[in-house]
Amino acid sequence: MENIDMELVRRLEDKAADIRKQLIDMTYAIGHAHLGGALSMCDIAVALYYHFLNFNPKAPKAPDRDRLVLSKGHSGCLFYNIFADLGMYDKEELYNGYNRIGGRFGQHPNRKYIEGFEASTGSLGHGLSIAVGMAFAGRMDRARWRVYCITGDGELNEGSNWEAMMLAAHHQFGNLVAIVDRNRIQGNGWTEDTVALEPLASKWESFGWEVRVIEDGNDMKQVVEALAALPPSDPVERRKPICLIANTVKGKGIAFMENEPKWHAGGLSKEKRDECIRLIEEARRARG
Amino acid sequence: MVAQETFQFFSLVEKMSAREVYGKKMAEIGSKDERIVVLTADLMRSNRTGDFQKAHPERFFNVGIAEQNMMGIAAGLALDGKIPFVSTMATFATMRACEQVRTDICYANLPVRIVATHGGLTTGAGPTHYGQEDLAIMRSLPNMTVIAPGDPNQIGKVVEASIDWEGPMYIRIGRGGEPIVYKEEYKYEIGKAITVKDGNHLALIATGSIVFHALMAAEKLAKEGIQARVIDMHTIKPLDKETVIKAAQETGAIITAEDHTVFGGLGSAVAEVLADEGIACKFKRLGIPDLFAGYGEPEYLYHLYGYDAEGIYAAAKNLLK
Repeated sequence: MENIDMELVRRLEDKAADIRKQLIDMTYAIGHAHLGGALSMCDIAVALYYHFLNFNPKAPKAPDRDRLVLSKGHSGCLFYNIFADLGMYDKEELYNGYNRIGGRFGQHPNRKYIEGFEASTGSLGHGLSIAVGMAFAGRMDRARWRVYCITGDGELNEGSNWEAMMLAAHHQFGNLVAIVDRNRIQGNGWTEDTVALEPLASKWESFGWEVRVIEDGNDMKQVVEALAALPPSDPVERRKPICLIANTVKGKGIAFMENEPKWHAGGLSKEKRDECIRLIEEARRARG
Repeated sequence: MVAQETFQFFSLVEKMSAREVYGKKMAEIGSKDERIVVLTADLMRSNRTGDFQKAHPERFFNVGIAEQNMMGIAAGLALDGKIPFVSTMATFATMRACEQVRTDICYANLPVRIVATHGGLTTGAGPTHYGQEDLAIMRSLPNMTVIAPGDPNQIGKVVEASIDWEGPMYIRIGRGGEPIVYKEEYKYEIGKAITVKDGNHLALIATGSIVFHALMAAEKLAKEGIQARVIDMHTIKPLDKETVIKAAQETGAIITAEDHTVFGGLGSAVAEVLADEGIACKFKRLGIPDLFAGYGEPEYLYHLYGYDAEGIYAAAKNLLK
């Protein structure tokens, strides 16, 4: 695409590398995190929070902000690092307070205690319904903001998602975008070996959504292209809600974690931590 | 105090439907407060939300037969400043969508009002549609307020009081055709039990559609010189502990009666207060025993399981032996 701002792509790629490093450092410091799914959606999340979302870290509850519901709440650790990087929380507090007694940063985020999260998620298959509720509210208020919902792929096993999909399509929300982090691995193995999701795009389409596939959801250029191509959010206009299926790699950026179901979650030794940082820096240099 | 007036009026049985009262009240308060949104899972006829739909179509949504989705949507609406009133039958609201109620609504402490119809054995449609465990389930959820109005008109007062109440509420009503208990104007406060009849020989603590039966039992007992105190415990959580403690101390004998399993509902809540406070008194819980209730009209089933007026009367006589 000729219109893509390559400077923006480079800047976001750089930021994604920073966030991956911070995620690794946090994991090393605290001993355990849901790394695999955080790494797979890292590039999309960075593109959203550092460019596409109307989101002001100094006013995370501003009424006109875009809403992002993180249905795959176990990837909250990625967002903690993004929000800390944006200056919303103190990194020391995050490292000392993640999943610790008295800490406010749970393995799954609680919006009551930590800013930036629109909903308290963690139980799978809940986010899309909540996002649909927000889309209703936005339509009622004629608000310009958009609701994004990021779901995992494994969590599409949950039937409640399909209830939400049907209803969203019925109401033709022009202010709702779902993003599927299609990393093809769920808790106990490959999605296609567990309960096959394919053909996933045509399933969403048959439920009344417009599906756009990001062939490589870890390629910042493709991510930027897809997000830039979204039509402006419109609370009133009736059109098919949009689903971006982003093909990603679980554990992306850390060779020994990539496509490894066991790296759904884990901890890091000092050696492993150093290796991760080296891999991230090497990839950054290779991009130039 | 409404006690005496009510006591004199109640035997003139006049029936109403809480669902009708709810429907009309919603249309009325919906005009006053734009934050109010009404959702139903394809039961607008059963939930009587048609009046609201007519008056405020842009704030009424039939989400289809999808209760889990409905609860999530209600959470999303509440996160954006709305006050959703969500209706379906008690059994589906509390069991089909239990986790969404717990995690999406209660965990975030959102002002969602779940108005569950066909509570207890009122539906007549058999065990698949009975709401016989709902109070126990809802009572166990943190942040949840649990209410079963003491007569069909009380739902109007509950809805009014709910607007400024913090956090989620579960409001359980019957199918309709329940007798009116309150004929005079009275003050209603969430969490404050109403003593509808005074008496010091024993206390009958009832909730929902059984308050009327407790009053009838009290009338029969009064003819034999037994003065029963009748308490409308419309709020199961937070429970009005003071009223329970006072009743135990002043009467020494308590019977609880509810259209609900005897496990985990009103009876359990009252027993917990007595045990925690170290109060010893005669005590009996009436309600659905540990079984899936059979088919039949509610009055028949209330009688079968011993928590209609006659059953309460018999239990009182037995307790005071």
